[in-house]
Amino acid sequence: MMKNHDMSREALLHEISVIDFVVVEMTMYLDTHPYEREAIAYLNHYVKMKNELEKEYSCQFEPMSVAYAPESDDNKWLWSLAPMPWEGGCR
Amino acid sequence: MWSYERRLQYPINIKEPNAKAAQIIISQYGGPDGELSASMRYLSQRYTIPYNEVAGLLTDIGTEELAHFELVGAIVHQLTRNLSMEEIEKSGFAPYYVDHTLALWPQAAGGIPFNACEFQSKGDPITDLMEDMAAEQKARTTYDNILRMVKDPDVCDAIKFLRAREVVHFQRFGEALRIVQDKLNEKNFYAFNPAFDSCNTNEMKDKR
Repeated sequence: MMKNHDMSREALLHEISVIDFVVVEMTMYLDTHPYEREAIAYLNHYVKMKNELEKEYSCQFEPMSVAYAPESDDNKWLWSLAPMPWEGGCR
Repeated sequence: MWSYERRLQYPINIKEPNAKAAQIIISQYGGPDGELSASMRYLSQRYTIPYNEVAGLLTDIGTEELAHFELVGAIVHQLTRNLSMEEIEKSGFAPYYVDHTLALWPQAAGGIPFNACEFQSKGDPITDLMEDMAAEQKARTTYDNILRMVKDPDVCDAIKFLRAREVVHFQRFGEALRIVQDKLNEKNFYAFNPAFDSCNTNEMKDKR
């Protein structure tokens, strides 16, 4: 994986999508296999990675969610001003 | 992309089952002015709104409505759990029970199933926002009607919270409507549809 701060918006978004998909998939797997320690460790690793990347994205571009608003611009509410995902914002 | 938080937006702790109240309140689950209708309305309308602030507001209110859909579901569930067969038959709950047992199913109090015809997504920002403001008032009236009929404080407390949110959403949609109108020709808001007509907005704004 590239160093986060070298990544373009598209590259960072792609990375987040890939890692989030692992999180989504592992969440459902664990829902039906709640005692598999190896799977829990695997999920936890990717949850941390996802959180770091989303924080990085929110710092460089606009907040990925309101939870990341503190990483973003203090002077304007980029959550509503930035392009919507279906308009080519966070694709 | 959505994610889920494993908590209710407002605590629901109903101690006494009440199938009669559940049959009334379920209208805010899947009825004409209910939370499902509200959420689907805003989340469907947002794609064609050409102003980010308004598309963002529709997303955020549409998301809160999903949390309200969950709250109403929790209320109905807690009002119907542990019901005896006798209570089911005595309270008039049998016609619902026969089809759904004690499961949640989106319907109006009168038994009419949830239907997308209960809301519009018109593709014109003024039209859509006027509908949204009316929808918030209709939901507020429904909660007022519920509060006239239901007396259990555990239930009323949560209903009052939901009612208050309708009022706040109405206010925010009113502001969104003003944002839209500020971008249009102030002498004729209907000169064109900013979500459809391809034209220079500023040129049209100056047109008399």
